[in-house]
Amino acid sequence: MDPNRLSKKSSTEWWLAPTGRMRVPGIIFASEELVRAMDEKVLQQVANVAGLPGIVRASFAMPDAHWGYGFPIGGVAAFSAEAGGVISAGGVGFDISCGVRTLRTGLSIDEVEPRRAALADALFRAVPCGVGSTGPVRLSASELDDLMLGGARWAVKRGFGRAADLETIEEDGVMAGADPDAVSSEAKQRQRDQLGTLGSGNHYLEVQEVVEIFAPDIAAAYQLRAGEVVVSIHCGSRGLGHQIGTDYLKSMLAEAGRHGIALPERELACAPIDSATGRHYLGAMRAAMNCAMANRQVIAHLVRETFREIFSAADLTLLYDVSHNTCKEEEHEVDGRKRRLFVHRKGATRAFGPGHPAVPAVYRSFGQPVLIGGSMGTASYILAGTTEGMGRAFGSAVHGAGRSLSRHEATKRWKGRAVVDTLAGHGILIRSPSLRGVAEEAPGAYKDVGAVVDAAEQAGLARKVARVRPLVCVKG
Amino acid sequence: MRVEGLRTMPNSLPRWEHFDHESDIGVRGIGRSRDEAFAQVAQALTAVVTDPACVLARESVRVSCQAADDEMLLVEWLNAIIFQMATRGMIFGRFAVACQDMHLDGEMAGERIDRDRHQPAVEVKAATMSCLRVVCDATGVWTAECVVDV
Repeated sequence: MDPNRLSKKSSTEWWLAPTGRMRVPGIIFASEELVRAMDEKVLQQVANVAGLPGIVRASFAMPDAHWGYGFPIGGVAAFSAEAGGVISAGGVGFDISCGVRTLRTGLSIDEVEPRRAALADALFRAVPCGVGSTGPVRLSASELDDLMLGGARWAVKRGFGRAADLETIEEDGVMAGADPDAVSSEAKQRQRDQLGTLGSGNHYLEVQEVVEIFAPDIAAAYQLRAGEVVVSIHCGSRGLGHQIGTDYLKSMLAEAGRHGIALPERELACAPIDSATGRHYLGAMRAAMNCAMANRQVIAHLVRETFREIFSAADLTLLYDVSHNTCKEEEHEVDGRKRRLFVHRKGATRAFGPGHPAVPAVYRSFGQPVLIGGSMGTASYILAGTTEGMGRAFGSAVHGAGRSLSRHEATKRWKGRAVVDTLAGHGILIRSPSLRGVAEEAPGAYKDVGAVVDAAEQAGLARKVARVRPLVCVKG
Repeated sequence: MRVEGLRTMPNSLPRWEHFDHESDIGVRGIGRSRDEAFAQVAQALTAVVTDPACVLARESVRVSCQAADDEMLLVEWLNAIIFQMATRGMIFGRFAVACQDMHLDGEMAGERIDRDRHQPAVEVKAATMSCLRVVCDATGVWTAECVVDV
């Protein structure tokens, strides 16, 4: 992307003035280097989102933004129902409530290192991953309805994890307003045996070492210490969310036409928030959010059992669970007035700052943990939401490194076995059912996650707390 | 950008290809009729997951779908295959398509996924409306293509 097309407000804030159908400006938070590396289509998609009815303040792109469907991945946009605003299935994506959960193990790197290979093998056996895998529970129709209403709370009741986990999951582990009746029978069928599965593609389970602390006070509140081992799980709502996205993109395309909403790209399909289709989508999407939180809860349970087999004293506690493909109804101050807004975050993480009532009590003085995934061979980061970020982009930050090379280009450059061997040489054990999948996900196919989080911090979106490095990565 | 199919010859008909997308994959089918292009793009879909030539035709599944135009019919067709893959745990290597106006009858043959033999690279979540195109050129060659989310 040519930065000259934008107005530079600071070293990490670039504005696209409203033209044509745009109702608000586009704002990209990124360093000049990251802006230059972005595809031109990101700018077009930012402009397209800025033209949707009822959008408030701006159409935002995070430092890790890349070409998505309708909305850019790394896009944030808020809409007001009272201003005729819309909700967009394309603004959430197919992998509804995809997110990251990080658990503290209480173990040091010295304790884990001698048994790392055994741990990698055991986790690979215990956590279903990859194409065609099925989970530990086959759900009846009524159980699936209960899961869609109860989220992680339902999973805890079923014996997966602890009640204390719910205190450090977004929405206390259950998203209110889910409507299983708004979910198609096809979506329910796709989920029947997928609970507790990791999926494939960029989804992973990583054992990581905390290697650097940037903010000791916040790290202490998050109970993170250098040299300790944590586990991160990256996955979403599985088949249920994929099918809900498919179903509602189609119905919203028709609904947008009925309301005379011009769509420069079909994947921008949307419906007025205050419409039957809009309400149904909200109910279905929230059901998928609960499915995602339950899924990560079940996987965390499998991880805990595995750790206990190998380290009998291990006590895994939940740092946080946060999603990055969502639309949430939130209150934000805009031009000195508090407004109820529907905030779409597609490939963007909620990053609420200190004092916000939605931040778990235990972290409220410091801001919520913002969990940023890297690639198999690089680092991941734990950030904290900031007060400044609340006014920047409705309390939102980055979600990961983002790809720099296509899957095909990656398989041309790297072979799966060589990637596994190279990473093993760097002390990172990879376990995956597919070597081609590993090649497609080679670390070199991703941007520099360090540059992405640095830009997020400089832009005031979030603050760096800790850097972790991978020890074991189970890829789907 | 065009990426040649694993088993089809460049410029031969019918054939399938992949094309690049920053984070996902574009699938393209090319044939002498709309039916042929739709059958080929289904092969390209399977090739996102595994080599279609490695898939044995042990079991057949029939699907029907309809839409208001050719492009949405392509999305419906690919999503019907994705649904069958997800719910049956199968992968398909052979496809036959018969369209009447905007109604499609499809038959696919395949087998249950064998993780050792198929080495499935990635699960397809959905066919998208991104880069969605169904066209017939002046020589009567049909192209059907879109990006699939993985």
